[in-house]
Amino acid sequence: MNTKIGESRGDRIFTICNYIFLSLLVLSVLYPLIYVLSASLSSTKAVASGRVWLFPVEFSLLGYKTIFEYSKIWVGYGNSMFYMIVGTTVNVILTILAAYPLSRKDFYGRGIFMFLFVFTMMFNGGLIPNYLLVQDLGLLNSRWALIIPNALSVFNVIITMSFFKSTIPNELLESAQLDGCNDFKFLFKIVLPLSAPIIAVISLFYAVGHWNSYFGALIYLRDASLFPLQLILRDILVQNSVDPSMMGDATQLANKIGLQQLLKYSLIVVSSLPVLIAYPFVQRFFVKGVMIGSLKG
Amino acid sequence: MNVTGVVENKSTISEVKHKTKKKLLTKIKKSWQLYVLFILPLMYILVFHYYPMYGASIAFKNFDPVLGIGGSPWVGFEHFKKFFESYDFVRVLKNTLGLSLYSLIAGFPLPILLALSLNYVYSKRFKKAAQLITYAPHFISVVVMVGIIFMILDPRGPINNLLSLFGVKEGINFMGEADYFKSIFVFSGIWQNVGFGCIIYLAALTSVSPELHEAAIVDGASKIRRIWHVDIPGIMQTAVLVLILNMGSFLDTGFEKVLLMQNPLNLSSSQVIDTYVYNVGLVSALPQYSYAAAIGIFKSLVAFILIIGSNKLAKKVGQDGLW
Repeated sequence: MNTKIGESRGDRIFTICNYIFLSLLVLSVLYPLIYVLSASLSSTKAVASGRVWLFPVEFSLLGYKTIFEYSKIWVGYGNSMFYMIVGTTVNVILTILAAYPLSRKDFYGRGIFMFLFVFTMMFNGGLIPNYLLVQDLGLLNSRWALIIPNALSVFNVIITMSFFKSTIPNELLESAQLDGCNDFKFLFKIVLPLSAPIIAVISLFYAVGHWNSYFGALIYLRDASLFPLQLILRDILVQNSVDPSMMGDATQLANKIGLQQLLKYSLIVVSSLPVLIAYPFVQRFFVKGVMIGSLKG
Repeated sequence: MNVTGVVENKSTISEVKHKTKKKLLTKIKKSWQLYVLFILPLMYILVFHYYPMYGASIAFKNFDPVLGIGGSPWVGFEHFKKFFESYDFVRVLKNTLGLSLYSLIAGFPLPILLALSLNYVYSKRFKKAAQLITYAPHFISVVVMVGIIFMILDPRGPINNLLSLFGVKEGINFMGEADYFKSIFVFSGIWQNVGFGCIIYLAALTSVSPELHEAAIVDGASKIRRIWHVDIPGIMQTAVLVLILNMGSFLDTGFEKVLLMQNPLNLSSSQVIDTYVYNVGLVSALPQYSYAAAIGIFKSLVAFILIIGSNKLAKKVGQDGLW
């Protein structure tokens, strides 16, 4: 497609239009992000009166200072870290345990098991039966309610399985078996070391999922000390409820309202930071995940 | 008919059966470790996916927590009837279908357009930067996403500031108007997912044979013609697959986002099946578990029919389906 030389006039116009279209699209994706970042670095007055539109107005770090004093947010941060790390570990272990046997041709009953798994992607019991199950298991208002019911995603099992199928040749298994290697050993000593890319991909999918989810916490948790960050964000960003005692020494009401506004912007930046900082480095893994997922399992 | 012959026949059949059974057992025995590995995931699936399907039977009962799922008395289709006859039914169904269809149609072409456009960018740097930026919003959480929507559309936010330049004096309270809800929902969704959605098409475009492009160039085809006659047929299969997959989650309508964006002012257009189930079943002071479960089953069934139907349709128009 590299035919820059000798482009016809029509093609040149096309190329120019293409660049303009793409630039406009990129800018419109970028603008809301820049706006939030700039507003978070502005003064309460500028934010409250709506004077920020692109760059920070009356630069100040007050929003971030307030966040540092708002202890609920840090409790949420810690909880989210816990859910993400423990949850992802459980997820990855279970996914491999499911995907490896399913990838083996000599695993008798594979077809039935596969059907059992895939069927759950198309049909489910619904919200209420799931809630009643968690209640019956005594998991309500416990940390495990966010980890055990989401211990496995069938979609990730399928992409892991197709990875195993395509990268672990049958000959490798046969020769290992001739040398007296059993299935446990083969999985842990040979398959897993060869599977670093797929483990990275599914870990990322699971980790982002845990970090970003709020609904499980909303229905299963009552105790505020267990809340993940997203649920606390929901109270502040969506429900507009800020605990005034946590906002330091902004005594006047007008100040408080302005500060509450400012707090939201800085909060978005702080809560999205871990994901957005890591994102450029791990982007290729996500892209890879989408590609593997797009191959039929 | 020779009686002994039949008996002989029977005995050989049972022998064969016996042999295959034995073979099977040795097969299973040989790979018993695989079954050990598989126990935990299988138990998870049975408990957390299939047990709730059994639990959904409360839709046909009057669920009483004391009696449990098995012990509650059967009432047949009473809850379904109640839902179909209720005042909310038409509104909720209309909102769900409307929102789903709107998202599906509006969200489908833009990722393809973006992929085609990126495919004709020569500067590698520009392409990479464009990809990095357009993929990024996908990783923003729903809560933050809705927070950003509220800010951008605030009566004193940037959109209203922009409108005031064009003579709109009063700040519009976008979130308070039921009429705007669906568009806000759909277009913020496109904003968030256009980049990520185009990855799959970019991959499909790289598999379009360069020879086809060369031949087209030799024939004097302009770029637009090449897009139309070479690229688009090349990604057709992928596009159909994506459409089917989207059909499968057609009725899910980003429930978590709808719930966050919902407020009393826009309820008339933001109440969808999922939020209705949540409000009736879990939020209300008198949770109606059975009634909510019935509505949930109704939704699951419609979704199931949709995915099977769209798969059949795809096969009919000559594309590979999902299975």
